[in-house]
Amino acid sequence: MISFSLDTRTGVAPYQQLVQQVRHAIRLGLLHEGDQLPTVKEVVASLAINPNTVLKAYRELEHADLVNARPGLGTFVTGRSVGPPIGEHAALRRELERWFNKARRAGLDDESVDALIATTRRASAQEDVA
Amino acid sequence: MTAAVATTGLGRRYRRKWALRDCTLAIEPGSITGLVGPNGAGKTTLLHLLAGMGHQTEGEVTIGGMAPTDRRALAAIGFVAQHAPVYPNLSVADHLRLGARLNPRWDAALAEDRISRLGLDAHQAAGKLSGGERAQLALTICLAKRPELILLDEPVASLDPLARREFLAALMETIADTGATAILSSHLVADVERVCDHVVVIAGGRVHLTGGIDELLAAHRRIVLPDDGRVLPSTCEVIQDRVRGRQRECLVRDWPTFAAADVSASDLSLEDLLLAYMRDDRTSERALDVVA
Repeated sequence: MISFSLDTRTGVAPYQQLVQQVRHAIRLGLLHEGDQLPTVKEVVASLAINPNTVLKAYRELEHADLVNARPGLGTFVTGRSVGPPIGEHAALRRELERWFNKARRAGLDDESVDALIATTRRASAQEDVA
Repeated sequence: MTAAVATTGLGRRYRRKWALRDCTLAIEPGSITGLVGPNGAGKTTLLHLLAGMGHQTEGEVTIGGMAPTDRRALAAIGFVAQHAPVYPNLSVADHLRLGARLNPRWDAALAEDRISRLGLDAHQAAGKLSGGERAQLALTICLAKRPELILLDEPVASLDPLARREFLAALMETIADTGATAILSSHLVADVERVCDHVVVIAGGRVHLTGGIDELLAAHRRIVLPDDGRVLPSTCEVIQDRVRGRQRECLVRDWPTFAAADVSASDLSLEDLLLAYMRDDRTSERALDVVA
């Protein structure tokens, strides 16, 4: 069973952290179809967080078809994939490595690279929405 | 079991000084609200009015549709005052007996179970308990009332990190079980972020901000732009506007997404958001107008 953690310094909303951890565990194969997520009360007791936060995270996971809530029984992983497994990222990774080398040759330090990635990702996410 | 809390234009004056004024709030049933603000902001005054301790000078307050001083409302409210006061000469067991005698809906099994899980000695005088144990005893009495509304004034302020975590875990576990509504005041933003889904910022006796934490964070941006006297879009509300050298930094609500190469917009942390609204003096200017 997955055990959650919470980092209050990241600026990522607590419910999103829980969602990300489940998605991550599914992607890494740590959670399989039929595996049960901890009950809301278990998560609340171990992390000392708001039950509504856990409910919100579980609702979002359910909305994405990643888990399935069975009333009175619990919340279970559906087995739907969250995108291609890490192994199939090789091509993207090679492209990114080439881009990093280019950026370094152009004189960008790590901080500028991070800033560029963050702003570009945000801009392209907004285009997707529009 | 849940209770909605509503206040309209609520105010409380002590002699000539208003401790709380113009307080209008709608607290959703089942929500956990963090009450934040500087010392002397009016947080304790508001919690006391909600708990039915004393009367307001003006305005309305209802708990589940009833006045907080109504017997049925009082039975549904669990309140732990600042510093978790207990009777120092009474034993832990005496406190539970007293609770059972005074509260019609007392859950003796819950109280005894919590005391034994905490490892407290029932015969020990409450005055001899550690700060964390005393807070847990006060919380036990509050929870054994089976409250629909839990009010906590700085519940974890004096506790060490471990005791704080245990206290909050116990509180959250009970709320997960009962669905009670909770309002707690706290100086610790990390705790608010962890346990609350709504927030109320009070400063100078006025409510400066109220809403769901996720929604508020999504609605606010920190904008950095050159200080060239340009006017920000009229659709957004500027909370803070500061110039540092050639750079202007604004904290705005409802920033429209538009692209300008020299304007950067970034997310805010909850701490930055709360601090900005605590400092925000637009509402206190209005307050002065009322007095003048």
